[in-house]
Amino acid sequence: MAGIPHDHYEPKSGAEKWLHSRLPVVGLLYDTIMIPTPKNLNWMWIWGIVLTFTLALQIITGITLVMHYTPDTTLAFASVEHIMRDVNGGWALRYLHANGASLFFVAVYAHIFRGLYYGSYKAPREVTWIIGILIYLLMMGTAFMGYVLPWGQMSFWGATVITGLFGAIPFIGETLQTWLLGGPAVDNYTLTRFFSLHYLFPFVIAGLVIVHIWAFHSTGNNNPTGVEVRRTSKADAEKDTVPFWPYFVIKDLFALAIVMVVFFAIVGFMPNYLGHPDNYIEANPLVTPAHIVPEWYFLPFYAILRAFTADVWVVQIASFVTGGIIDAKFFGVLAMFGAIAVMALAPWLDTSSVRSGRYRPQFKMWFVLLVIDFFLLMWLGAMPAEEPYASFSLIASAYWFGYFLVILPLLGVIEKPEPRPETIEADFDAHYPKSDATPAE
Amino acid sequence: MFRKLAIAAVAALGLTSGSAFAAGGEGHVEDYAFSFEGPFGTYDQNQLQRGLQVFTEVCAGCHGLKFVPIRDLEEGLGYTEDQVRAFAAENFEVYDEELEDFRPAVPTDHFPENNGVGAPDLSLMAKARAGFHGPYGSGLNQLFKGMGGPEYIASLLTGYTGEDKVEAGVTLYENTAFPGGWISMAPPLYGDDVEYANEEVEATIEQEAQDVAAFLMWTAEPKMMARKQAGFVGVLFLTVLSVLLYLVNKKIWAPIKGRKKD
Amino acid sequence: MSNAEDHAGTRRDFLYYATAGAGAVTAGAAVWPLVNQMNPSADVRALSTIRVDISGVAEGSQMTVKWLGKPVFIRNRTQAEIDEARAVDVSELIDPLARNANIDGTASAEDENRSLDEDGKWLVMMGVCTHLGCVPLGNGAGDYDGWFCPCHGSHYDSSGRIRRGPAPENLPVPTAQFVDETTILLG
Repeated sequence: MAGIPHDHYEPKSGAEKWLHSRLPVVGLLYDTIMIPTPKNLNWMWIWGIVLTFTLALQIITGITLVMHYTPDTTLAFASVEHIMRDVNGGWALRYLHANGASLFFVAVYAHIFRGLYYGSYKAPREVTWIIGILIYLLMMGTAFMGYVLPWGQMSFWGATVITGLFGAIPFIGETLQTWLLGGPAVDNYTLTRFFSLHYLFPFVIAGLVIVHIWAFHSTGNNNPTGVEVRRTSKADAEKDTVPFWPYFVIKDLFALAIVMVVFFAIVGFMPNYLGHPDNYIEANPLVTPAHIVPEWYFLPFYAILRAFTADVWVVQIASFVTGGIIDAKFFGVLAMFGAIAVMALAPWLDTSSVRSGRYRPQFKMWFVLLVIDFFLLMWLGAMPAEEPYASFSLIASAYWFGYFLVILPLLGVIEKPEPRPETIEADFDAHYPKSDATPAE
Repeated sequence: MFRKLAIAAVAALGLTSGSAFAAGGEGHVEDYAFSFEGPFGTYDQNQLQRGLQVFTEVCAGCHGLKFVPIRDLEEGLGYTEDQVRAFAAENFEVYDEELEDFRPAVPTDHFPENNGVGAPDLSLMAKARAGFHGPYGSGLNQLFKGMGGPEYIASLLTGYTGEDKVEAGVTLYENTAFPGGWISMAPPLYGDDVEYANEEVEATIEQEAQDVAAFLMWTAEPKMMARKQAGFVGVLFLTVLSVLLYLVNKKIWAPIKGRKKD
Repeated sequence: MSNAEDHAGTRRDFLYYATAGAGAVTAGAAVWPLVNQMNPSADVRALSTIRVDISGVAEGSQMTVKWLGKPVFIRNRTQAEIDEARAVDVSELIDPLARNANIDGTASAEDENRSLDEDGKWLVMMGVCTHLGCVPLGNGAGDYDGWFCPCHGSHYDSSGRIRRGPAPENLPVPTAQFVDETTILLG
């Protein structure tokens, strides 16, 4: 492991040696928790802990909810109401779980955009990044299927519309959609398999999280300067880093407590704010709600899906070139998944030799635009598919792709980066200069 | 950089979040002041009891309340066990699968469902409707005024103009609160539809509408008060924990950071 | 070590303990709902007392109701059954105790101590054999004109007392009372 040089666990007592020679689990935990961490990490590096905590929260509340929930179309809605009314503290478990999904996505978007700004995706952290994107995709699948379980109107029609995306794939689409649903339309067979997978995926995510952490513990954390920790000697490394425990554990726990204050305020005082009223109506396959809107965390990609209609010239060209195989519907699906795919390819699309956006003056502007673009898409995804929103959606979608496919590759060539600090220590000391009165250390 | 972005992001989240998405064609919903609004609002048991009376004597003719156990009236509306048993037996019959027949309801039953004329079940109606939207797809109105479910119900009940029309064999009644303006439910309240036990409360149409709206908020969210209490305790306690962790964090980092530049 | 440092040290330790304590309380508060949600829910608890309408139970017949997930026998006994039950000498019983939740646990197994009313018309007891939990057959079954458990051949008399077979105890009488002439409250 090409890690940062640091002290390793040394078993002392006989019992410790006995265990260590058979299963070095204490050593693994020690190395994980004492990992040298760049000491200049800022407050955007807290989201990993928030995400880990939220995953645990969702798994634990989820397991308790399953004890009372019934995955059957005739009983699912009523069993959720049973949880809300009869089960001891059931309302709390359910509201925590439902709003926990939102917390999960707030944190993951913050985490992703932090990575995009500070170049955390760039070599040698590509694998960490790709695993992260996989986790994000699984999260979306899990959240989508979880939303189906209460069997409300939005559950049913959301499931119908989203699985319809797969139906848009040429040749195999219809077969694939039927296979996913288990029949011609969303029904009991769909609910039961979504329930099964909704239970399974979080554990897959947990496994990938371990790999994600393993990966960046191998490469070392990125940091706001993008300058690597010195590995020339243990002494040098120690000037750039502090052990994860207690310095960052406490810092992250503090941040987590603040996040939890906001989370509890939402769960306690406005638990339905982020939900949709129509999901308090039991699913009815014969009546579609007037406005089908995905949960807020899907809206940016939903906007991209809807942006590419048949009258957009890109779509027309694609249709012409492929002889009509790629129609507007399929193009939309490709665009939606493509929007995530281009993000996954960022490590290879970004040609800049400088890692952190902090020292890239032009990149900063384009990045701010990307964040604005993301929120704009989120808003557009919630608006009706009509003018002027349709045109806005198209422009905003185009920028999303433009950022990754054009701006990132070009900037590396044309941009003149600002000088970077030599070391993490230098950056840190510039922020916190040691006064003469205080002895160093 | 991220500080500025975070501020913008919070503002933007407010703009996009929630269920505030509906397009045009929405009716007018009056922002009534209910006792259960706000972080510390509680249900007014007297109002809930009046609302139950309006529901039982007027709404229950067509609407069901199938997710609500009758026994919850004891804790939620402040009746005694005997009062609830008498209420159940006197007002509702339920189908008993063992008897294969109808029998008078007992507290452990739910309010019966009522599919007679295709009227929707009202158990969750106050959460299944949003009275407030926007502006411009933002969730701001719902953030400040609440979701507006009970307001919508009360506005609907008082929103009839008296006009009606027949369309495809169905009589529709003009209603200022209903999206689209025409509703198939005939005006259910006219004022003095019920006789309140408390004579000081006049059974005007406004009063009845607000009472039953409050009652339906309770049927939709019976644990609201426990929830707000738990939320308040949680926020308070986590704030204390945050302060403690802030101090600990400051302390352990002090030797690393030296003295901060001012 | 100077006094000032010493003082700072205590203050710092206190802060650490306070934070660790607050963290532990938070974790504890989070665990309780997870434990409590497995306790019986409100709908289950509401059924821990039930009212049984016995107006339809004619003399010489019985009804079985489900209470707390188990069968409860409610029998309207004939005078012959009452007389037979009351003629038995307690000393010849396998289980000399009344096993009646409504009276003192040491009360002896006279029929008067088991029937719900003084006349002895109404006998209410759990329909679960005290041997291994099967449901005994009723309506005068067995050698003692009471109940007979088909699983391992326990015979109960017309007062529900064990008379022969492997069962160790009389069929227990649950907490029950008349709320009016035709309604029994169980639990």
